[in-house]
Amino acid sequence: MTPPKPSNARALAGIGRSLSRILAIFMKEMVQMRRDRITFSVMVAVPILQLTLFGFAINTDPRHLATAVLLKDEGPLTRSILSGLRQSSYFDIIAQARSEAEGEAMLRSGRISYLIVVPENFERDFVRGERPEILIAADASDPVAASGPVSAVREVALRALAADFERLPATLRPDPSPVNVVVHRQYNPAGITAYNIVPGLLGVILTMTLIMVTSIALTREIEHGTIEALLSTPVRPLEMMIGKTTPYIIVGVIQTLVVVTASVVIFRIPFEGDVIIFAFAIVVFIMTNLILGYLISTAARTQMQAMQMTFFVFLPSILLSGFMFPFRAMPEWARAIGECLPITHFLRMVREVTLKGAGAADIVGDLWPLLVIMSVLATIAVMRFRRTLD
Amino acid sequence: MAEELVIDVKGLTKKFGGKTVVDHFDLAVPKGLIYGFLGPNGSGKTTTIRMVCGLLKPDEGSGACLGFDVIRESAAIKERVGYMTQKFSLYEDLSIRENLEFIARLYSLDDRKRRVAAALADLGLEARATQLAGKLSGGWKQRLALAACMIHEPRLLLLDEPTAGVDPKARRDFWDTIRHYARQGVTTLVSTHYMDEAVQCDRIAYIAYGRKLLDAPTREIPARIGLQGFEIVADDLEEPARRLKDAAGVDVIARFGAAIHACGRDEVALEAAVRPLAAIPGAKLTPIRPGLEEAFIYLMNEARDNFE
Repeated sequence: MTPPKPSNARALAGIGRSLSRILAIFMKEMVQMRRDRITFSVMVAVPILQLTLFGFAINTDPRHLATAVLLKDEGPLTRSILSGLRQSSYFDIIAQARSEAEGEAMLRSGRISYLIVVPENFERDFVRGERPEILIAADASDPVAASGPVSAVREVALRALAADFERLPATLRPDPSPVNVVVHRQYNPAGITAYNIVPGLLGVILTMTLIMVTSIALTREIEHGTIEALLSTPVRPLEMMIGKTTPYIIVGVIQTLVVVTASVVIFRIPFEGDVIIFAFAIVVFIMTNLILGYLISTAARTQMQAMQMTFFVFLPSILLSGFMFPFRAMPEWARAIGECLPITHFLRMVREVTLKGAGAADIVGDLWPLLVIMSVLATIAVMRFRRTLD
Repeated sequence: MAEELVIDVKGLTKKFGGKTVVDHFDLAVPKGLIYGFLGPNGSGKTTTIRMVCGLLKPDEGSGACLGFDVIRESAAIKERVGYMTQKFSLYEDLSIRENLEFIARLYSLDDRKRRVAAALADLGLEARATQLAGKLSGGWKQRLALAACMIHEPRLLLLDEPTAGVDPKARRDFWDTIRHYARQGVTTLVSTHYMDEAVQCDRIAYIAYGRKLLDAPTREIPARIGLQGFEIVADDLEEPARRLKDAAGVDVIARFGAAIHACGRDEVALEAAVRPLAAIPGAKLTPIRPGLEEAFIYLMNEARDNFE
């Protein structure tokens, strides 16, 4: 056996020293994180607050909307429909309009959000199988708010009528099959806002808290004057970055566990995908955010500046990533910006994994852009740090 | 070369935004010496120290520190130098022990536990090891900072105004420690603007506006400048002070307790200016041999005249 070459031994010793320096910064950051109540509470409170707000308070599926009805025909079927609409909890029928003009005036004034018109000869046409129309005039100034109740009307009406059909002899029942097909397509019991928002929320929470805590990683050292002593030691830029960001990977993982647990237990969001793939995607995303925050801290002179700079990341992350608004609906240039944001790729991955049960092959298309973004950010951060020495 | 030079730099120059902060600075520090950097605020002392220990890259000049090139081998210099910054730069939210452990890990010390324990014992802080560094008084912070930059047993200690804001007793203790290290062969480069610290140094470089005006063994400095002087005592010191202010031949007027020291390099001119003061009621003139303090005031005045 040949003894190891001296150059190998020296290289090993070098790696050992490097690890020791990373560990030094890592341990120091852990202690500081534990003692810094404000940062700590941001990391705990933000996920809880956002989950509550987005998960419960913000709902794009509103209920109890003020509604008026205009009945041009009355009978048992019409009454069934009305009681069905009341029970759906979408509509609070607060008035009966006597004419179309009156109904429209109520709609215009904002007293009601919906006007439901049952046409003349509705009962007769229905029994004849002529599929009469129920007209819904909706205040669609908020298109998102309007879509839920509108699609509910058809479902509600048909369900209400179905009960009446039950009492009819089989020969007198209208053929329900074409109707039923429409019903099941239109009414989507999974169309709950939280299903879409909560997984996306994980991305927003991780982006906001992790970028915020690392964006002050270096500025805090500069403001406290500790940077000078730190730089006079043998620590290297890459070691500094690794030592300063790794403690927060743990924080990100804990936040993820909280949000995922809440998603499954409270919001009953299905988790269909591969846990290992999901975990890997999350760790890459967490690291990307930490490095992005660290990069900000190499540019900012004060903690205040760092905070202001983080908003340049937060706003597009919420608006252009597909979290708030559909990604495909945006113009080309906005989508280009969105593609550069880590959260855009993360949202796609997390929705695919949690809701669609995607596997490794399905998320590769968004994993590699994330890895590219991370490497580019890391390179710039390390290079920038070198310059801050002077 | 007879003596081993720990720091040997030539022509160091540093500009910040077009302003020359350090201007062609030469420095040769022999092993085991306590070398003082004296000069007014903003004279480039800190910048020079930072260039010597590899924290800043000089724009011009070259040289070696502990035998390593100050431009190309700054990493090696950082491993072997102890640098104590002007402002307390340990972590106030870390305990005394955590601070020392942090520094020991940064220098990858093998016997970390032993060295931290030894440093705590030297400081006499074993009982308070878990106390947060931010809770310490100014004097204790400074001792902790010194212990932290000595933990890897450097052969060169760079101290940037180490006793600013520290009481006189703590300052004396601090200097006892520095001299203790010097006897063990540790070289010290210390910047200060306290006169009582300057006299503790073996050799002094006086810097003003980025230039070295004087570099000599401390005890030779008064003779080098060649000042003559008078001590003036009077009932009302305002009167002689006013009359001496712009008098020819008087280079230095400084108040020392209840007396004024008037000094100048031209003995004849000085006497001509001072003698008439004997007519002031209660005035008494005594020839003195001006010391370091007068010498430095003289240097500072000269520098001001040359650069402003």
